[in-house]
Amino acid sequence: MVTLDHLSDIRRKVSEAEEQRNHRIHVCVAAGCIAAGSRKLLRAFQEEITSRGLNDSCLVKGVGCIGPCAGSPAVAIEPEGIVYCSVKPEDVPEIMDSLAKQPVARLQMSRDLPFFTRQKKIVLENSGRIDPEQIDDYIAAKGYHALYKVISTMSPAEVISEVIKSGLRGRGGAGYPTGLKWTTVAKTGQQQKYVVCNADEGDPGAFMDRSVLESDPHRVLEGMAIAGYAVGANKGYIYIRAEYPLAYERLRKAIKQAEEYTFLGQSIMGTTYGFHVELRLGAGAYVCGEETALIASIEGGRGTPRPRPPYPAERGLFGKSTLINNVETYANISSIIRNGGDWFASIGTQNSKGTKVFALAGNVKNVGLIEVPMGETLREIIYEIGGGMEGQNKLKAVQTGGPTGGCIPESELDTPVDYESLASLGSIMGSGGMVVIDDSVSIVDIARYFMEFSVSESCGKCVPCRVGTTQMHELHAKINRGEGTKRDLELLEELCEVVKHTSLCGLGQSAPNPVLSTLRFFRSEYEAQLTDHEVLAAEGVAK
Amino acid sequence: MKKIKLATVWLDGCSGCHMSFLDTDERILGLLEHVEIVYSPLVDIKTFPENVDITLIEGSVSTNEDVVKIKKVRAHTKTLVALGDCAVTGNVPAMRNPFGVEATIDRAYFHLVQHNPLTPSEYLPRLLDKVVPVHDVVKVDFHVPGCPPPADTIYYALTELVRGRMPDIKLMTRFGK
Amino acid sequence: MTEIQSVQIITLTIDGKPVGASGGETILDVAKQNQVFIPTLCHLEGLIPYGACRLCLVEIKGNNKLVPACITKVAEGMEVITNNERLQRFRRWILELLFTERNHVCSVCVANGFCELQSLAEVLGMDHVRLPYLHPKFVVDATHDRFVSDNNRCILCGRCVRVCSDIEGAHTLDIMGRGIKARIVSDLDDDWGNSPTCTRCSKCVQVCPTGAIKEKGRRSVGEKFKHRDVIAHLAEMREAAREED
Repeated sequence: MVTLDHLSDIRRKVSEAEEQRNHRIHVCVAAGCIAAGSRKLLRAFQEEITSRGLNDSCLVKGVGCIGPCAGSPAVAIEPEGIVYCSVKPEDVPEIMDSLAKQPVARLQMSRDLPFFTRQKKIVLENSGRIDPEQIDDYIAAKGYHALYKVISTMSPAEVISEVIKSGLRGRGGAGYPTGLKWTTVAKTGQQQKYVVCNADEGDPGAFMDRSVLESDPHRVLEGMAIAGYAVGANKGYIYIRAEYPLAYERLRKAIKQAEEYTFLGQSIMGTTYGFHVELRLGAGAYVCGEETALIASIEGGRGTPRPRPPYPAERGLFGKSTLINNVETYANISSIIRNGGDWFASIGTQNSKGTKVFALAGNVKNVGLIEVPMGETLREIIYEIGGGMEGQNKLKAVQTGGPTGGCIPESELDTPVDYESLASLGSIMGSGGMVVIDDSVSIVDIARYFMEFSVSESCGKCVPCRVGTTQMHELHAKINRGEGTKRDLELLEELCEVVKHTSLCGLGQSAPNPVLSTLRFFRSEYEAQLTDHEVLAAEGVAK
Repeated sequence: MKKIKLATVWLDGCSGCHMSFLDTDERILGLLEHVEIVYSPLVDIKTFPENVDITLIEGSVSTNEDVVKIKKVRAHTKTLVALGDCAVTGNVPAMRNPFGVEATIDRAYFHLVQHNPLTPSEYLPRLLDKVVPVHDVVKVDFHVPGCPPPADTIYYALTELVRGRMPDIKLMTRFGK
Repeated sequence: MTEIQSVQIITLTIDGKPVGASGGETILDVAKQNQVFIPTLCHLEGLIPYGACRLCLVEIKGNNKLVPACITKVAEGMEVITNNERLQRFRRWILELLFTERNHVCSVCVANGFCELQSLAEVLGMDHVRLPYLHPKFVVDATHDRFVSDNNRCILCGRCVRVCSDIEGAHTLDIMGRGIKARIVSDLDDDWGNSPTCTRCSKCVQVCPTGAIKEKGRRSVGEKFKHRDVIAHLAEMREAAREED
């Protein structure tokens, strides 16, 4: 039997080891920083510490994402709370010299910047703090305490009621109330049920889920194990894209460690509750992020969606009742259980509770991963946390929601970021991509880029998406070339309507969003490219 | 009563649609009481006249000459009718599109020719990169699909148009047969 | 001992007309019984519904999304609208998209006169397309001694794939590739003629709505006769055999 004492012991051990040291050097070893050379940097710090004989007073460890991804590789010095960006191995001696003295100003990014102070971290609370490959580190950060609490003191119904109380909504994009989903699965009277984690993050420019999995994999496992307990499932699958080898590797290690600690497996913490987690690798199809396609892919079939209903809650994986949530959704669960649903519900807006992680990108100063309470306005996110525009150009639009999202113009920047507000502007929350676009960029080009994505990622099952997106792209390209007429623009709009209303899955239904939203706010840019010269497809090609 | 001026034009097609038109047989004579054929491969007038009421187009637009011709026809016609699949869809002539002009000429004038293989002279109309239906080049007022459209359908559509009505030919013809 | 199953009786309206149905039936089933025409392409009686062609989309009062009639089960009090200006417009668009996608030159097709795509264009009044023809080029697989697969004629309705795996149990045919590059392949994209799994049952030929899969020996145009009702019978026989087991 695992008891609270076991967990406390581990916490004490880890914190003692940390407190013994005067300085702890955290080097980011998430994929972005590794690509920028953080492994070499980590080694350089270790060697420097050893050669200076400081092993007893200095601790260096690899941690998950620290946040300012534009300044990769990032390093944090604790307990002082200093953040250094773009650190090179040759900077190591200088940083070591500065410990307990003045920080190295040329590398430092002030922790007092709104980029740090305006964020509220729930999902990312351990990112940049713990070593993602050490389960003890996670436990020291109160990890698996929620699972312990659930198993030892709560009934499944109580767990679900806590999730309902929290007001948590699906973080994969659609925003379906998580508690309601859990209730539905819990209430189906089936013997065999499954819990599935959607880690097939495919939006271009989005890396929220990857970062969570690389920085804090146990958090997701704990969320899934709690979900399994709540809905009555004994088996979970994480469907992760093969393009995330590091996240996969860390998850694999995390599962192994959790099994050794009996936080996963036949008898969790010595109780009768058993929950196994297996990993499944995606093969690169965007549509496999759609839940029914994802399920088909786990089953070993071709990853194409099927019409709902029946919903996965009723008939999902292998025909059984299945709970399927996104990485970030599961990552919220342990905090909700530890702090209570009311605590979570006190953050955010009336209908969108908690926080949301965004991958801030584009023409903005502080490119990186941020977590903010729901209801912050786009202006606050871009100008305060994001530090404003990069370069001299003015802001033109913000693209949210990935390839099936929309472009929001500068005039709407005071819109609070929540599910309903974004939808009312013809965009979506999506999984959390946020691209800032300045006025040097053609909005028609932006729409074209995202449309090309939808064309190449359409699975080809239903007609409107397969042929419709291609024809949308053709019409759009024709207008962009200056060969389109008013008639072509009308056709494009009508086609968008058809694809939106008749496609089989969410990908097709939202594929016209980039065109529709840019037409809504930037119609003049399209109209400026139209020609009066009627049609003549043939004239252009006459030899 | 002033007679309706009718023209028929033959672009890239097999003349089957014109044959089908002739298959209306003696009904043509009745039609001629209200209609004057002012231009057609069936009559001997060389230039397309002005102020034509109805023009039937057979065939797709395949050459630069077709483009010039069809634009002139459009400019002088009140109601333009695309008659048959070639005019409506491109049909058989358009089947060369995926292969390209060069391959098509190679096939037609070299591969399949036993004696004296020769590229067509520059005095012939030049082929467009892609064969297109008539409505890709000019506005078409009415489409009659079919390969060819049945004589009855042509007759019905024509008599309705002559009376100044838009015919409803649903279920009277289809692509292909 | 025979168990007496209680049948759920449902009343609903289709285009304003009250109709009766039993639980488990789809909107399409009930519409057919009541002589209400809903166009379909990927649907075929006897095959597992697929929901891909989107021609049978109907409106349900109170539901802001269109639903496929071939899959959606009837429910008590449901008010179904199968035909209005908007649905007609959407259906014509879908047909138009299909016609622009691949080589659907009816006049020189073996299925001319027997093609469901061709018939639907006629019935729904889709008399020309406004968008450019895409015409991707696919290789014709004529390696099989009896059949030919021509992806240029294919509308990806998936009937051949479903009949091959669900009814014949061979699963020789499947779909490969994404988007407009998707195509029917046999086995692991090998020549159909070398297929060790094909049983030469010809069910795929029977179910194909267009001229994409055809029997050899029919050289000219418009000779592709079909006996599609055979599939529903086969499906019933399988069901019966399963119940006897």
